[in-house]
Amino acid sequence: MSAGQPMVKAEKVWKSFGKLDVLKGVDFDVMPQETYVLLGPSGGGKSTLLRCINHLELINAGRLWVAGELMGYRQKGAVLHEMKARDVAKQRSHVGMVFQRFNLFPHMTAIENVMEAPVRVQHVPRKQAEAEAEELLRRVGLGEKLDTYPAQLSGGQQQRVAIARALAMKPKLMLFDEPTSALDPELVGEVLDVMKQLAVDGMTMVVVTHEIGFAKEVADGVALMDGGVIVEDGPPLDVLVNPKEERTKLFLSKVLA
Amino acid sequence: MDASNRYDGQAPPAGADLPAPAGPRPDSIKAIPIRHWGRWISAAIVVYLMAALVYSFVKNSNVEWPVVWQYLFAPLTMRGLALTIELTVISMIIGAAGGVLLAVMRLSDNPVLSGIAWVYIWFFRGTPVYVQIILWANLGVFYPKLIVGLPFTGIVFGSTDSGTLVARIIVPAILALGLNEAAYAAELVRAGIISVEAGQNEAALSLGMSPTLTMRRVVLPQAMRVIIPTFGNETISMLKTTSLIAAIGGLEMFGRLQAVYSQTFQIIPLLVVACTWYLFLTSLLTVGQARLEAYFGKGFGEKEAEAAEKRAARRKARAHA
Repeated sequence: MSAGQPMVKAEKVWKSFGKLDVLKGVDFDVMPQETYVLLGPSGGGKSTLLRCINHLELINAGRLWVAGELMGYRQKGAVLHEMKARDVAKQRSHVGMVFQRFNLFPHMTAIENVMEAPVRVQHVPRKQAEAEAEELLRRVGLGEKLDTYPAQLSGGQQQRVAIARALAMKPKLMLFDEPTSALDPELVGEVLDVMKQLAVDGMTMVVVTHEIGFAKEVADGVALMDGGVIVEDGPPLDVLVNPKEERTKLFLSKVLA
Repeated sequence: MDASNRYDGQAPPAGADLPAPAGPRPDSIKAIPIRHWGRWISAAIVVYLMAALVYSFVKNSNVEWPVVWQYLFAPLTMRGLALTIELTVISMIIGAAGGVLLAVMRLSDNPVLSGIAWVYIWFFRGTPVYVQIILWANLGVFYPKLIVGLPFTGIVFGSTDSGTLVARIIVPAILALGLNEAAYAAELVRAGIISVEAGQNEAALSLGMSPTLTMRRVVLPQAMRVIIPTFGNETISMLKTTSLIAAIGGLEMFGRLQAVYSQTFQIIPLLVVACTWYLFLTSLLTVGQARLEAYFGKGFGEKEAEAAEKRAARRKARAHA
């Protein structure tokens, strides 16, 4: 990947569920090591866009590249060929994703959750994977909870395990789908702290969130999505402090009220 | 470090100023419990009637208790019992393996696979197992020869007489019971798979796990929690269904006892023997089922703290090894 190449590039991405158009031509770039925050009202298409990036949802038109690779398709001349499940899996293994509802594997302990993909997908030797998983869990402040099942952990702890689990695959890109929306208010901070540290460490991140404070403090780029399009995007100080669009002003006035 | 302390029962972090409780812990409320007179009366009536029933059964001369004792542990009964257990185990293994395969086929987005599974389930669930048993036993009548080859081409790799194949009763018995069970197990497994949250699938896929790996490592283990109780039921049911093999002259326990009483007319005592053994075995299975449920419930049940400790110990043991 050349230096000037974006980590994520979306070009006129269009997605519909039946007759309902959820994304109506979305364009954006995220450069390596950037944190890009998607804001906007529910149903605006933010989560769908995120799920399209790692091909959990298939787009109907447009193009999506991650690290210069077209997601889910192989292009030969002007013709697109669908990728086999195995090749899609390989692409996804470079993109970490963190979900609103954590989605930890409930039948595995914290460390087993983190080790699972490295051992089974990347065939990392067990001992090494275990050492790395332990290190990752320590980094997210859960060094004491290695052998704990998800059901015994608080929401904030579960989400931090989920972040560690995604990081264990050494992804080039991390996607966060409302990572703090299902948390008790007093637990939001511990998850945001981990994400801030990741941004500082140079991880490329696309974050769907309602945490305006996080966007202001950490984001390199902010986009406001509504009605399946990006209404306004730019550096956080422009979009969040001096928005140009009326829609953005309205959204911010409601969120910050 | 964080607010999680209220979840694991440790002391609050130093410096956290919680208000003091309003004095020492008070005594629990002492109240006269509600008296359930209706329950006592109905229990007495039930005990009275049960006693009468048991008495009439034990004292019934038609039961012929000496005959019951004579056959309860007789070598004939034991040999039959062995076959009953063998049939149950083999049929359930075929049923379980076939059921998982059929369920995965049924849920596959490949229309050929899901179609084959649909037809299979349609046929085996749609015909009585009793009829299937007799059908397999008579395989030789409508397909005298079984041929492995390419249809319509005359190319034959090998063939066998189906009469000799099904002459040993255990072959049609296992075929009928196992293949029939697979159809039912498929529906159980499918229900179990569907019950696993969609987010689990997505989380696994997003980690780069292939659909097959996701099924094996993430979805099926969680589906097991739903499947095991019903599968235990199926095993109990299978144990009893093996008695239908008597219809084709099978020498499992009931078949053997039936062969005896059709000549000696000691019908009632031998039926008591059969029921006793079936009850004993199904009771054993019930205990085994409870154990399995506990195992597959890990991470869900109230005993997760205990399970977590075991995991930690095992991991440490491995690390030192």
